[in-house]
Amino acid sequence: MRRVKREHRIDPKSGLALLGPMRKPTVTSSATTTPALETRGLTIRFGGHVAVNNVSCQFSPGTLTAIVGPNGAGKTTYFNLISGQLCATSGQVLVEGEDITFLPPSARAKRGLGRAFQLTNLFPELTALENVRLAVQSRAEAGWSLLKVWNSRRDLIAKAEEILERVRLSDKRHIAPKALSHGDQRKLEVALLIAMEPKVFMFDEPTAGMSVDEVPTVLELIHNIKQRSDATVLLVEHKMDVVRSLADRIIVLHNGTLVADGDPAEVIASPVVQEAYLGVEVANG
Amino acid sequence: MSTSPALPLAFDETRKSGGALSGILSSDMPRSKVLTFILLAILVVLAATPFLFSGSQPLSTAAKICVFIVLVASYDLLLGYTGIVSFAHTMFFGIGGYGIAIALERLGPTWTSVAIGLAAALVLSAVLAVAIGLLSLRVRAIFFSMITLAVASAMAVLASQLSGITGGEDGLSFQLPNELRPAFRLLSEPILGVAINGRLIAFYMLFFVALLMFLLLLRIVNSPFGRVLQAIRENEFRAEALGYRVVAYRTTASVISALIATVAGALMALWLRYNGPDTTLSFSIMIDILLMVVIGGMGTMYGSVIGASLFVLAQSYLQVLMEAGSKALAGVPVLPNLIHPDRWLLWLGALFVISVYAFPGGIVGRLRQAEQ
Repeated sequence: MRRVKREHRIDPKSGLALLGPMRKPTVTSSATTTPALETRGLTIRFGGHVAVNNVSCQFSPGTLTAIVGPNGAGKTTYFNLISGQLCATSGQVLVEGEDITFLPPSARAKRGLGRAFQLTNLFPELTALENVRLAVQSRAEAGWSLLKVWNSRRDLIAKAEEILERVRLSDKRHIAPKALSHGDQRKLEVALLIAMEPKVFMFDEPTAGMSVDEVPTVLELIHNIKQRSDATVLLVEHKMDVVRSLADRIIVLHNGTLVADGDPAEVIASPVVQEAYLGVEVANG
Repeated sequence: MSTSPALPLAFDETRKSGGALSGILSSDMPRSKVLTFILLAILVVLAATPFLFSGSQPLSTAAKICVFIVLVASYDLLLGYTGIVSFAHTMFFGIGGYGIAIALERLGPTWTSVAIGLAAALVLSAVLAVAIGLLSLRVRAIFFSMITLAVASAMAVLASQLSGITGGEDGLSFQLPNELRPAFRLLSEPILGVAINGRLIAFYMLFFVALLMFLLLLRIVNSPFGRVLQAIRENEFRAEALGYRVVAYRTTASVISALIATVAGALMALWLRYNGPDTTLSFSIMIDILLMVVIGGMGTMYGSVIGASLFVLAQSYLQVLMEAGSKALAGVPVLPNLIHPDRWLLWLGALFVISVYAFPGGIVGRLRQAEQ
């Protein structure tokens, strides 16, 4: 059943792929918007192991897509291929129709791909404010100024403070991440992503390891991002209640392959997801 | 206000960037009364050396301190701020020295020769730094270090083999432009009993160029660019993900560092009126630089001032001090031998081990911590 649905989704996409070079007129005529992000046949092999296998998918602005799947399904690897930490063995990544498959992570970030990491990945000895300010500075293209003093750009500092306020870390702005609690580190991770003002927000298990009372703050932030802007949000998440409350669409990865894609309620109820989450392995003979 | 113990007040944005001093120091104040005092003392003593001490030895020591402050500060830009371990820093120091030496020896003792030699040296350094950077800053840190080591060794061999140009192991002695020669008199009358001659002009030229270079480096490490370098040192992976092209930033940092080391090498050669493998190119100078950075405090420009001053002073006067001590203790068993001047390196080594053990953040780190 699922297989059929997936095939059905891929066909029009490969049609679009063929029309890639003249995408703009095509898109307008077909009255659909250009996907903010698209992967075409994205594949990566590590030796004999195929971690992500021929994943083709489009993500539109204003949509929050949850990516679910059991451990080792290739969700984070898929993210790494999109944001550039890993290079695809084959396939393409496109941002607003532009092929970015061979660009380094920094160039992808400049084109609007923002990534928050699963394992907290901050500047451990710099203050929380400096962490955010660096992200703001990157967005403002101010990094190549060598002869000004950093604090002459008050606007960057003000913006960083405003973002810290949004994630409720203002009172901890002079503390370095290594001295912050795990939950605060996660919030700071979200703050960096907000500061980058990306077109595509990629969250990799933003609530993992957080205490129960901290989770709503982060979920609210993600919800607000979607509400406020026309952002495309990708969310890797294990907690099904989180997925159910936030996602407009769910895609399921299993052994690196896209096995389901669609409306949250429908996908969660599907046998594939039930199998994957109840551990009734069938595909892994 | 709560602050992290790791970076006390390093990012206090409430400190409004105003005031002339703050501007000159690029908002990076010493942040410790003791440190401020020591830095001021070093500045004043260096500036007044010709009038405070007689003889050529103190003046030469002061000149050497100035040159090494610049050299160590430029190395700290790489090691302390960017987290790059390079062993090719003396190569750039040497290029500066040879640039001046070869130009003045071949083209005659004029200011034009100085300009040509310096310009050629800067260009060569920049080209080499870009080449090393682009070829190897992508690879893992350890390979970069190994490559710099290989290139620096090759350069040292080249300098000693091409004796027709570089003077080989003997090095090159040369004449300075007229205004820098000891015989040149700017004023006929001495001031405060000190003759205002070419040597004095050379010293102050060196002093002010060194001061300028230091303040330039202080500005660079406190610029938005410098902040990116520190981010790269902390987590290059994340810096890249935020949109900073890490290879480009690192390469730029190594080019700036190389250029300033080249200027330091040129100053050294101009002061010594000589350049050879042992004064600028040798690997033992590289080790000295590393020690000075670590003793002073990595990632603090002020650390280079303290590290270089202490180290050069120890190099110049520890032996003298030990000789005096050894003589005073004559008759006591073992002790005179232990502090015999020949053992000065042993004691320097011991001082180094103790200081690294006791002050992992260097002297500057320790002083700033004490201020809290």
